[in-house]
Amino acid sequence: MKKQDLRRAVRGGIPIFIGYFPAAVAFGILAKATGVTLLEAFLFSAVVFAGASQFIALNLIATGMGPVGIVLTTLLVNFRHFLMSTYLSTRIKEKAKAWYIPMAFGVTDETFSVLSFTTHELTRTFVLALEFSAYSGWVSGTLSGFLLGGFMPEVLTQSMGVALYALLLAILMPELKKSVRSLFLAVSSGLLNWLLVAMDVLPTGWSIIVCILIIASLGAVLTVSIPQKEEAHG
Amino acid sequence: MDKSSFIPLILGMAAATYLPRLAPFMFFSDMKVPRVVDAFLKSIPVAAIGALIVPSALTATPDMPAAGLMGMGFTLVYGLFRGGIIVPVLGSVGVAYLVMTFG
Repeated sequence: MKKQDLRRAVRGGIPIFIGYFPAAVAFGILAKATGVTLLEAFLFSAVVFAGASQFIALNLIATGMGPVGIVLTTLLVNFRHFLMSTYLSTRIKEKAKAWYIPMAFGVTDETFSVLSFTTHELTRTFVLALEFSAYSGWVSGTLSGFLLGGFMPEVLTQSMGVALYALLLAILMPELKKSVRSLFLAVSSGLLNWLLVAMDVLPTGWSIIVCILIIASLGAVLTVSIPQKEEAHG
Repeated sequence: MDKSSFIPLILGMAAATYLPRLAPFMFFSDMKVPRVVDAFLKSIPVAAIGALIVPSALTATPDMPAAGLMGMGFTLVYGLFRGGIIVPVLGSVGVAYLVMTFG
């Protein structure tokens, strides 16, 4: 069982690693340019472990914003994970509560996405191994970027950036083929987010929160009013 | 801000990131929820992933957005016929790389 969980976790973790590594290299390079030490750059990625907000923090440091403002911005940017963890807390049935402490640390957009469309049981081994492969990509990329600088060709870096979106789409495809309702909800959510981003009225990270709240509510209304077969996930 | 140490900032950011990730596991994991709330929770993944892909994926390769889009196109077409994650992801990276190199 454990071996199978590990194998599955690596299979799901490789695409996340491929997407995280080049982004983290960019973070390491930018951190150095901003005047952050190697230890601090490492700690940013190893202790905070939150992609977009780390880049935003570097920008805010450069503009001279104080730590309180940066921490509050971080809270806003990462609050979507509250909704993602809420969903995962209904899926992961862990009897020893202490395991939630490391599991919660590893919740990112990508680990959440892989976990939520995993049809087999979300065991402790599978969840933690998947999260660790994402984490190792992020931390090792940060160190490589700081120490080696721009060692990866720009074309390769940008191409590897596509991996994260391809991963999300590949995870979603089986569900979209199976359920017209899911297809409708996913497309609506993307279009709504596009509109919100283009309007540029919400702080970073909040357009996704608004989309989740509105589209998942719509999903709930559709489910309750038009019952359909129990979904394979959840 | 004091440039000598970012450690307090890092710890503050870590708390602001971790606590929202942890709280639901502590408070909601044993909760019995009404059917409509359950339906809401089950719709979160589809809603979240739709918004995570669009519009960010349109500019995944900022130097040549078409390359990223063609990579995503590969994933879409592959996903219509086959399942899995590794091939569609590596394929999208390969397509984007080729388009940026030779396009």
